Amino acid sequence: MKIKRNTLLTTITFALLVVFLYWLSANRLQHGMLVSVLQKGVIFALVAVSMNLLNGFTGLFSLGQAGFMSIGAYTTAILIIPVKSLDGVYYMNGVHPGIRALKMMVAESPAFVQSVFPFIALLLGGLLAAGIAAIVGVAVLRLKSDYLAIATLGLSEIVRAIFSSPQFDRVTNGSYGLNKIPNFPEMAWGLIPSLLTPFIVVTLCIVFILLLINSSYGRAFKAIREDEIAAEAMGINLFKHKSMSFVVSSFFSAIAGGLLAMYMRSIEAKTFSITLTYDILLIVVIGGIGSVTGSILSAFLVTAAKEWWLRFFDQPLFIGDWQVPLFRTGFRMVIFSILLMVVVLVYRKGLMGSTEFSWDRLLGRFRRTRKSNGGAA
Amino acid sequence: MSNILLKTEHITMQFGGVVAVDDLNIEIPEGKITALIGPNGAGKTTAFNVITGGYQATNGRVTFDGHVIGENYPRSKMKKIYNGTYKTLNERQVINTPDKITRLGMARTFQNIRLFKDLSVFENVLIARHCHIKAGMLRSTFKLNAAEELMMNQEADKLLHTVDLHMHRDEKASSLPYGKQRKLEIARALATGPKLLLLDEPAAGMNPKETEELALFIQEIKDSFSLTIFLIEHHMNLVMDISDKIYVLDYGKTIAQGTATEVQNDPAVIRAYLGVEEA
Repeated sequence: MKIKRNTLLTTITFALLVVFLYWLSANRLQHGMLVSVLQKGVIFALVAVSMNLLNGFTGLFSLGQAGFMSIGAYTTAILIIPVKSLDGVYYMNGVHPGIRALKMMVAESPAFVQSVFPFIALLLGGLLAAGIAAIVGVAVLRLKSDYLAIATLGLSEIVRAIFSSPQFDRVTNGSYGLNKIPNFPEMAWGLIPSLLTPFIVVTLCIVFILLLINSSYGRAFKAIREDEIAAEAMGINLFKHKSMSFVVSSFFSAIAGGLLAMYMRSIEAKTFSITLTYDILLIVVIGGIGSVTGSILSAFLVTAAKEWWLRFFDQPLFIGDWQVPLFRTGFRMVIFSILLMVVVLVYRKGLMGSTEFSWDRLLGRFRRTRKSNGGAA
Repeated sequence: MSNILLKTEHITMQFGGVVAVDDLNIEIPEGKITALIGPNGAGKTTAFNVITGGYQATNGRVTFDGHVIGENYPRSKMKKIYNGTYKTLNERQVINTPDKITRLGMARTFQNIRLFKDLSVFENVLIARHCHIKAGMLRSTFKLNAAEELMMNQEADKLLHTVDLHMHRDEKASSLPYGKQRKLEIARALATGPKLLLLDEPAAGMNPKETEELALFIQEIKDSFSLTIFLIEHHMNLVMDISDKIYVLDYGKTIAQGTATEVQNDPAVIRAYLGVEEA
């Protein structure tokens, strides 16, 4: 009975979300800011969840997320830039003939292939990142805690340096970056408008991660987080499970990177610097290390606060004739930082701690508040 | 005469210049309870760690159930500073990680309890079943191995019933009282399906009554799971009551071995435990 009620509530919530997104898609011009915040939020939710899989559930403190995102972003971008824009994008150094040939082939392929090609590109980006993670993991995963963080941080910087190096000018366009990247594709022959695409892709990815966390392998990950020595004594192959988690996390980071490329329409190596990893780490910590729903919630909150709600502080403010000082471009980030400090001080373990969202708890809290209000009156 | 399940030959463990275990030769017969005793710092836990694969011995060989699970000889830097009594002539190296040794059928508990504290009692036991999973990650994620999962769950539940912890099934492991945490650690080790169970000071921190109960419990699981047991212990009563054979270690060296009575009357053992009588 209870379980049924919860499934019902979840289904209704998701249905309402879908309806809302369809409505938003029809009126996207009036709500440009909302659309862009939601899309960026959902992309960051995926990176945050994949980082949480590694940091929160397997206990591997890795800071290589931006690197894997850039692998996904570049792969996707290079593959989906339309052939007619190639000369405009690679105007300085020209494009590698192999890429042009590939694009000609795609452009001449049947319509169905063209419609799913962006998804294939995302998948290829993910697989490339996963492959690199598997190889690099052999060396890096021998390290523990802080040392692992430093090594993955270095890895991410190396990837960035490679992408912006002049030797790869004809593939990655070096330091000029890539632009004219098409936006999100439609799905199911236009039944699902392009606005919904990132939401659907991210939902599928997060569902996969949730299933993984709740499977026997997910339990083994948690065992490694709790106590490596005990986990090994219980027959869990540390290296195998750590690299599994690393590869899966990198795969989904790269998918999110590909989506980010589609969202931003133009990328350069600088986009994927260390600060991006810190932004994601921030989301994970604010949401609660070890909570998937916490990461999702905090991805939307942090993105909205940073890009939208605090815009007010960037505008000059007049009270009568007097201009309030400090209110100018950049002040929003000061307020944002102060807010972060407050949140971290109040919620020591992040918004959700290490627990997941549950209807029982939400309704329980709702009831308690009502009861206490009733008591006071 | 029963089979020898575990055998160590000339095990020496040297850390830098310190010889923690020197020329340890142990034979553990199948279906029996063997104990390793000795004063603090005698090298008992080090010996355990060598057997379970946590450390690689500097010298010697460990054979378990017909497999050589660890073998080494003083190499490279150790060649010059080796201080052990015995040096193996057979220059062979076999390294196995602890997880592999566990899968071969050797499980252990820890002196300072190492449970997965934030996970439930049930999950603690369930994780120990993971080492025998057949499905790969993808199959397991998409729940295509439902039958296997169900089996694992049932086995874990059954095990919790056997060790009488089922009423705490969904509690956090760290919320259990001390004695029950010890029991859960043993249950978790049992869940890996071992032939040989290694208990590292299972009665540490227990009062006499609890120790007595533990002795009964160890006998019980030994019979119901047809186990061989190897334990390290400080509580003399426990060791003397239940062990079939006892090895005594002091400063890394084996100073005595035999049955409880033989060991108790051995002058070397008395000297190690009570000190040398002043003349």
